[in-house]
Amino acid sequence: MELKRVVVTGLGALTPIGKTVPEYWEGLMNGVSGAAPITRFDTEKFKTKFACEVKNFVAEDYLEKKEARKIDPFVQYALVSTEEAVKDAGLDFETLNTNRIGVIWGSGIGGLKTFLDEIMIFAKGDGTPRLNPFFIPKMIIDIAPGHISMKYGLRGPNFSCVSACASSTNALIDAFTYIRLGKADIIVSGGSEAILNEAGIGGFNAMHALSTRNDDPQTASRPFDKDRDGFVAGEGAGTIILESLEHAKARGAKIYAEIVGGGMSADANHITAPHPEGLGARLVMQSALDDAGLTTADIDYINVHGTSTPLGDISETKAIGTLFGDDAYRLNISSTKSMTGHLLGAAGAVESIACILAIKNGIVPPTINHFTDDPALDSKLNFTFNKAQKRDIRAALSNTFGFGGHNASVIFKKFEE
Amino acid sequence: MSDIASRVKAIIVEKLGVDEGEVTPEASFTNDLGADSLDTVELIMEFEKEFNVAIPDDQAETISTVGQAITYLEKNVK
Repeated sequence: MELKRVVVTGLGALTPIGKTVPEYWEGLMNGVSGAAPITRFDTEKFKTKFACEVKNFVAEDYLEKKEARKIDPFVQYALVSTEEAVKDAGLDFETLNTNRIGVIWGSGIGGLKTFLDEIMIFAKGDGTPRLNPFFIPKMIIDIAPGHISMKYGLRGPNFSCVSACASSTNALIDAFTYIRLGKADIIVSGGSEAILNEAGIGGFNAMHALSTRNDDPQTASRPFDKDRDGFVAGEGAGTIILESLEHAKARGAKIYAEIVGGGMSADANHITAPHPEGLGARLVMQSALDDAGLTTADIDYINVHGTSTPLGDISETKAIGTLFGDDAYRLNISSTKSMTGHLLGAAGAVESIACILAIKNGIVPPTINHFTDDPALDSKLNFTFNKAQKRDIRAALSNTFGFGGHNASVIFKKFEE
Repeated sequence: MSDIASRVKAIIVEKLGVDEGEVTPEASFTNDLGADSLDTVELIMEFEKEFNVAIPDDQAETISTVGQAITYLEKNVK
């Protein structure tokens, strides 16, 4: 059977550096850091006291109070970014066959705040399980696509992908695959995460995964800098409307870019540490290129996983060097996590949006906070340090790697008839 | 209005997001105030918490209107 071409027709973003796609892009272009002291809880006893929060988010600005109360922040974020994307795509569901429109969503952890709040109540009680009836349906990861389907009446494929920080890339790949195979016309895809609470920060602190640069949060996320000391936790959501090319054309939709390949692999190495030589990272990029029918010569930009951890940045760079060979030196590479922090399960979605807009606008967003070269990294690579760089981008690749050794990469290409 | 009645109404307004004027004694949680089965369970739990009383499941099943809730609590709250 002939595979359908799949294009991007709508975008939505709720991020620490902008609460809409235009604000997010402006933040990326200006090299804005989303990091600041945590406002959500008292951090006095925590090793890390800052994060990339979505600033001044009031759920009731977007949702009815009654509805907002019954959903976890990770679902609130999902509904907000999706509303922007649905409008952006010009989707009028009254006129479309909603049985052929699905939602495939990623989140790494789901309703951690709900879990924490309910268990705190239980822990303070006498052992009687007086749990709220909304506890489970607020917390479970698949409730995000569930709520999106209920809001818009979308009755096509509907589920969540869970692969830690690769979750929303896996969601995009699944959405791409199902549309390609003709199983849906449109899929609302992306991911959301909301773990900036005592459990999230305390948990990642216990693993020594987070930066502790409390005296200067704005420069803490510094991927590929010699003095990087861990990732900066972020939160938010990104929505990408994927649609078959024929369906998009039939309704006269605007087309941002084409999604042409998805790759998946596992490190099979360690629960949290990357493979030292970047084996899984190399395999996943190769897998995405093969899926797209492209070679390393066709890629102009890689939005790397680049979390600003000592080990991860090195292994990913090694993987790029090994796979791309001499082509590595003509690439633009950047980690937008230097600005947004690490949105975990939503990272793949918001970073794919960065790739799509980089292709559309011909500008590569920077890796900010570069101060000192790391001798362990190949200095001939172009990490797009500190300032955005103009460049005609034919195709861009976005990498995401999750705890558990899950790797997922996706490739977007400039749309041509 | 008794103290219990006003506290019951306040909980219903808060949890179901309805206007105070809609919370009449005859109003049914599900038919008139837009509650689903989970909302109803949550309401009963909130009453238990607010009035420090345990409402057994077989009793909870008989409480489907605002008035029934007030009557039950007026009888059972010490």
